[in-house]
Amino acid sequence: MKNDTLVSFEGVVKRFGDFVAVKRMDFEIGKGEFLAIMGSSGCGKTTTLRMLAGLEAPSEGVIRLSGKPINDLPTWSRDTPMVWQSLALFPFLNVVENVEFALKMRAVGKAERRRRAEQWLDRMQISEFAGRNISQLSGGQRQRVALARSLVVEPEILLLDEPLSALDAALKVRMQSVLKNLQRETGITFVYVTHSQSEAFSMADRVVIMSRGQIEQIGTPQEIYRTPRTRFVADFLGSSNVFTGTVTASDGGGVMLDTPAGPLRLTSGERLAAAPGRSATLTVLDTRTNLALTAPGGPVNAIPVRMIGEEFIGATATIYLETGTGQEIRVQKSHEELAGIPLEIGQELFAWWAHADGHLVTEE
Amino acid sequence: MSDRDTASINRNRAVDVALKAYIVLGYAFVFAPIAASFVFSLNSDRFPSIPLGEFSLEWYKAVASDPLVWQGLRNTLFVGVTVGVIATALGFGAAYTDYRYKFFGKQVYLALALIPPTIPVVILGLAMLAYLSRISLSGNALSVIIAHVVICAPFAMAIIRLRLSQMDPDLEAAAWNLGASEWAAMRHVIVPFTMPAILGALFITMAVSFDEFAIAWFVSGLNETLPVKVLGFLQGQVSPRINAIGTFVFVTSMTLVILAQILLTGRGAQIRPSADE
Repeated sequence: MKNDTLVSFEGVVKRFGDFVAVKRMDFEIGKGEFLAIMGSSGCGKTTTLRMLAGLEAPSEGVIRLSGKPINDLPTWSRDTPMVWQSLALFPFLNVVENVEFALKMRAVGKAERRRRAEQWLDRMQISEFAGRNISQLSGGQRQRVALARSLVVEPEILLLDEPLSALDAALKVRMQSVLKNLQRETGITFVYVTHSQSEAFSMADRVVIMSRGQIEQIGTPQEIYRTPRTRFVADFLGSSNVFTGTVTASDGGGVMLDTPAGPLRLTSGERLAAAPGRSATLTVLDTRTNLALTAPGGPVNAIPVRMIGEEFIGATATIYLETGTGQEIRVQKSHEELAGIPLEIGQELFAWWAHADGHLVTEE
Repeated sequence: MSDRDTASINRNRAVDVALKAYIVLGYAFVFAPIAASFVFSLNSDRFPSIPLGEFSLEWYKAVASDPLVWQGLRNTLFVGVTVGVIATALGFGAAYTDYRYKFFGKQVYLALALIPPTIPVVILGLAMLAYLSRISLSGNALSVIIAHVVICAPFAMAIIRLRLSQMDPDLEAAAWNLGASEWAAMRHVIVPFTMPAILGALFITMAVSFDEFAIAWFVSGLNETLPVKVLGFLQGQVSPRINAIGTFVFVTSMTLVILAQILLTGRGAQIRPSADE
């Protein structure tokens, strides 16, 4: 194990009766890292977090914190505070009493815990609400109380379970930068569970993508976005066009795929031993997919398509197209990039991308 | 458009008046006998009749100078307070068990825990008498306490269970996660959150015990509680003293019940004086 590893999951399995919530997890969380665990509901991300917090016991495997196994340590003996989706603030305590709670449980003296709680209130810019009841606070203020309450013990790690899900869109964005700055300033390891791609990708150093109790991919947001490792990740992110076919040739220059949309070539398939005859899937980012009236030459794949719809979001447009065999293709471009291309429903066009922009993913 | 405007558009005047009349009549039906008893307790006449005689406190004085009444009151208070404390403690335990744990036969557990108040009191009283005398516990204050705890604990459980069901299910786990052991979480989170219901249950169970007659009559023996004493008086002679005692018992019970109501519905837990206001 590396020195800068704070948490490691070693063959961790969690079963609830016959249901396997977490299938087998092996991964490490570095010291001072902002790690997001992302997936749709029921993928096991919250169970993973709860095992780390000590609220669920793993059925198999070992979880280590700073090298020591913590499987049998009850949650109150671990320093793994959590920010809850519901926030779970104590309604019968006021703001400063909520923040003091963990210190009180650790038998910190009255004056000392008040002083430390006030420091955190100050840091979270909610000092003026110290004497308020929780019910008198806005959503964003409650969020800050919940953070202060968990951070007051100055832990090595903070667990966050979809903490922003109850906030409106604008506040969400503001709290994201508050969280990111807080993490950077304190150097505390954040483990952040979310189903929101924008939250995970905008804050995290590394993202874990989970599906049906398994890790699909771990990597930096850039890596995952550009080169989804599995078909699931590509579909889940929804930012790539996906083609599945059979490998017809594989050599140093790249891989040839025979797909329903036509033969496709890619040059970055060396990661995978794509033997001819095997089934394989190619992904290409919708922002790297281009449109043209005539098939362009050069090292590109071009597919004849028909336009079926368009959607404008601010400065970019998403064009929906269909291949001859009925597969949907998306192209995302700025309005300038689309200038000169007739965008009418039913228009015959070519969707194309450079060989180097395609990626092979493992088949399910 | 305000709520009132919306409401007035969708209202039928005739139905409105009828509903109000229905409520007034309903309350009149319930409270008229009690009001009459109160009025006659302050009337100098020996027999309840109209027109009323002079205003008089003589029946209260008579009651206050009767050592038998004082003895009954002492028994009632002792039994009521003891029952309130024990029944609330038991009810809290039962409600928390229901809140915290899942186990085989939980539905049966709940049904059994809530059954006692549905058994006719005469049958319960008889059964208690038979049972307690068999184990040599009948005929004293302790036997009344035991019997009353049996009928009161389910009320306490129901009240506290309702409060626990309003608690954020993450709250207790959040306390553990912040370093509270299970006992500490009980003391610093569950009990404070449930406190309005605990006090409410305490007052309600005290009121139930204070008023309860049938079971006490069966098992109290010589240590009669006030309601049992009242029956004794009635059997001897009809006296306006009964009205005076009745008024006193009514006011006491209502005070307890109203206190409980304030605690349970008055958002007692949510509103706290703020330091900055």
